[in-house]
Amino acid sequence: MTAKGQPASLTHLQRLEAEAIHILREVAAEADKPVMLYSVGKDSAVMLHLAVKAFWPSRPPFPLLHVDTTWKFRAMYEMRERMARELGFDLIVHRNPDALEKGINPFDHGSALHTDTWKTEGLKQALDLHGFDAAFGGARRDEEKSRAKERIFSFRSAQHRWDPKNQRPELWRLYNTRKNPGESIRVFPISNWTELDVWQYIHLENIPIVPLYFSDVRPVVDRDGTLIMVDDDRMPLRPGETPMMKSVRFRTLGCYPLTGAVESTAATLPDIIQEMLLTTTSERQGRMIDHDQAASMEKKKQEGYF
Amino acid sequence: MAHQSDLISTDIGAYLKAHETKSLLRFLTCGSVDDGKSTLIGRLLYDSKMIFEDQLAALEADSRRVGTQGGEIDFALLVDGLAAEREQGITIDVAYRFFSTDRRKFIVADTPGHEQYTRNMVTGASTADAAVILIDARRGVLTQTRRHAYLVHLLGIRHVMLAVNKMDLVDWSQAVFDDITAEFTTFAGKIGLPVFTAIPMSALRGDNVAERGSAPNWHEGPTLLSWLEAAPVGDDAVARPFRMPVQWVNRPNLDFRGFSGLVAAGSVRPGDQIRVTPSGRESRVRQVLVGTGETPVALAGQSVTLTLEDEIDISRGDVLATFDAPVSVADQFEATVVWMDESPMLPGRPYLLKLGTRTVAASITEPKHRVNVNTLEHLAAKRLDMNEIGVCNISLDMPVAFEPYAESRDLGGFILIDRMSNRTVGAGMIHFALRRSQNVHWQALDVDRAARATLKGHRGRVIWLTGLSGSGKSTIANMVEKKLHAMGRHTYLLDGDNLRHGLNRDLGFTDEDRVENIRRVAEVAKLMADAGLIVLVSFISPFRAERALARSLMPEGDFVEVFVDTPLAVAEARDVKGLYAKARAGELKNFTGIDSPYEAPESPEIRIDTTALSAEAAAERVTAWMEGELDYTI
Repeated sequence: MTAKGQPASLTHLQRLEAEAIHILREVAAEADKPVMLYSVGKDSAVMLHLAVKAFWPSRPPFPLLHVDTTWKFRAMYEMRERMARELGFDLIVHRNPDALEKGINPFDHGSALHTDTWKTEGLKQALDLHGFDAAFGGARRDEEKSRAKERIFSFRSAQHRWDPKNQRPELWRLYNTRKNPGESIRVFPISNWTELDVWQYIHLENIPIVPLYFSDVRPVVDRDGTLIMVDDDRMPLRPGETPMMKSVRFRTLGCYPLTGAVESTAATLPDIIQEMLLTTTSERQGRMIDHDQAASMEKKKQEGYF
Repeated sequence: MAHQSDLISTDIGAYLKAHETKSLLRFLTCGSVDDGKSTLIGRLLYDSKMIFEDQLAALEADSRRVGTQGGEIDFALLVDGLAAEREQGITIDVAYRFFSTDRRKFIVADTPGHEQYTRNMVTGASTADAAVILIDARRGVLTQTRRHAYLVHLLGIRHVMLAVNKMDLVDWSQAVFDDITAEFTTFAGKIGLPVFTAIPMSALRGDNVAERGSAPNWHEGPTLLSWLEAAPVGDDAVARPFRMPVQWVNRPNLDFRGFSGLVAAGSVRPGDQIRVTPSGRESRVRQVLVGTGETPVALAGQSVTLTLEDEIDISRGDVLATFDAPVSVADQFEATVVWMDESPMLPGRPYLLKLGTRTVAASITEPKHRVNVNTLEHLAAKRLDMNEIGVCNISLDMPVAFEPYAESRDLGGFILIDRMSNRTVGAGMIHFALRRSQNVHWQALDVDRAARATLKGHRGRVIWLTGLSGSGKSTIANMVEKKLHAMGRHTYLLDGDNLRHGLNRDLGFTDEDRVENIRRVAEVAKLMADAGLIVLVSFISPFRAERALARSLMPEGDFVEVFVDTPLAVAEARDVKGLYAKARAGELKNFTGIDSPYEAPESPEIRIDTTALSAEAAAERVTAWMEGELDYTI
């Protein structure tokens, strides 16, 4: 991204990219067994791209971990397999065996239990099972208030707990990766990126993303004001409920029964960015797990959620 | 949200092109509690339309529930993100917020004002290009204002804005504004803060934030936002000589060997001649890779991978630098240390120090002084408690590449890590490396025999083997050294061969020269033992007086005399080197035992009868005696 000729100063995206790559390399150099959490969303897509760039021509020296809930969109599973194959990552898929056995799902058990069992517990299981001591995540500080306060290297106890009132000081580009056995660090290389930065970077670097981000005619039902896509026949329809075909897209991707679609005709990246810039609701509004109670994200994070 | 640009709705492609080239400014807001920092940030986000409708709705609900603005929108609730902060209405930890204008993208670090969260403010300041220091116009320059100004300066932030807030509450009085500015100017001069800009402002109403608003026209300076848009980004790092701490060695196969890192200063191009620190090896840059592609030039701030023309040994922690302005190396510094942990900084305790990409063992001296951050007084101190700042000397267990902090944040800033808890307990800024003359003085004060013994795990001693030529001293000394070395002791063997050929080559074999020879050996042995080594001395050393001198140089119990007792007849019969024959033939003058006396020790610590013990058995005995009789734990 550097122009020829006289040195100029860096653009904001160059600065952010350089910072993220520096962070990725620092963990690769200092952690015993790092892993990159892969959620298949757009932030994960940027993370994969940065990992490839950081270590080129070597392969990134860590595997991908997808903490699966079995309730993701089908298009996400297709994307996951494709990206791991094309970029040459080792892919680990973890599904919480307890949740699998009990058949935990958002319809019968509610979003809170579903998320806690599949995602929070599943993540802790997977990290413990493989002994990963550093896990990259694609969280950003502009997403939510408690995230805005979180360090880039976020230290977790052996019980995976985050202590927001006692975070390690984090100065300059000096990250303290030292920890005792059992403790781990969550690392957020794109902490300082905004949603617009992510989209613009995807656009500039031509990064593949799940097609669900682009508008298309899809079957949806209106549930309490949220448009839910009927992605497979596991979705129980309420009496009188018929899927409608609407031109919709998703601003954020998670479990399909918990992810609201927005009506949109944005079919290209510039369209999406334009829509985002003109829109009036923030990104996580489409996710149903955040607004259960005030400070809910902070509480989840303390319990080990990413 | 409407980015000011109409291009978003009319021509998104053109907007994206324009946005691509925006620079990034990181700044922090600081100042006394209740001076309105969080309100200001909330206002900036609000005015640049970065607050979405759902966030605004949540904010309105929160304002009614726990707000401090009597039901009006409490912008502080936007940025105080932790439950404890919202309950207590204070900022505990630094929060990062983002907004952009047509010209620039901004990252704001909203830092806490309370003294007990100084470490969090320092975290926010360490990455900032500029600082906005708020003052409540009704209260003027307070203790916290001074402390924050000092910290801003300490962290090397050169672009400072003094925002005199809540001007609406003093009826926009120019006299009030001028008084505050004058008082702050005096203080800024005292701490060496460079120029700063002052503006009168009302964050709550938005006057002089993004727009003039109802700000009176007696102030002609910029609004806060226009100042932020114009503040120089980063520093002059690009113009400085090239430096890159190596983060990671990229070695996918035998044909590629790259060195990855973030360019800390300057720029780098293929063909540039570089020097590796600390090894001093030199080479030329072959390729500069940014991501997956080669680039003709990379600048300070970019993450790159370099390949070199020559295969030289480079590993993580080394620093690549331009050939004609190599980076300095040192293992002792004077630095300002900010202590950040509940357990205090104790002089002499071993910590880990991370500087650039290198982590080394470090110990810190007693502070030269502590700074009262409120009054700037220098106080005597034996230690540093949490949030205290002091000037200390730091000693590392190996030399590292560095630059003064004033010249480079990347190579002059370090963190200190506790070896047991692994917490980040302190941060420091290098002033300069200590020169030799300063070191001598300083070491005499602080790093003594006991300190070195602690580091090595044993005390320095002298084992002095005396005996006739051919008695077997050197053979035994050699074996003893190997055994001690195998046990992890730090040893050195002094014998005629390595001293007579160098230090003592001006000496012959007269009695005077023999005395001088042994005196020098004794002094060298003493220094080495003082440095913590177990020194094995293998010299004939025929005179009691010189052996007594050697003994007198050492502390009681640290001099072990070993008499390698071989009768002259036996030694002469062995005559391994044929020296006795030459002496008998008159070809060697002053030969001990023949025409020069040997004064046998009267009460050596150990006596070895070589007619009864083999060399191996003798070495075993000396070693066993050392390990059994001497207390290695000091």
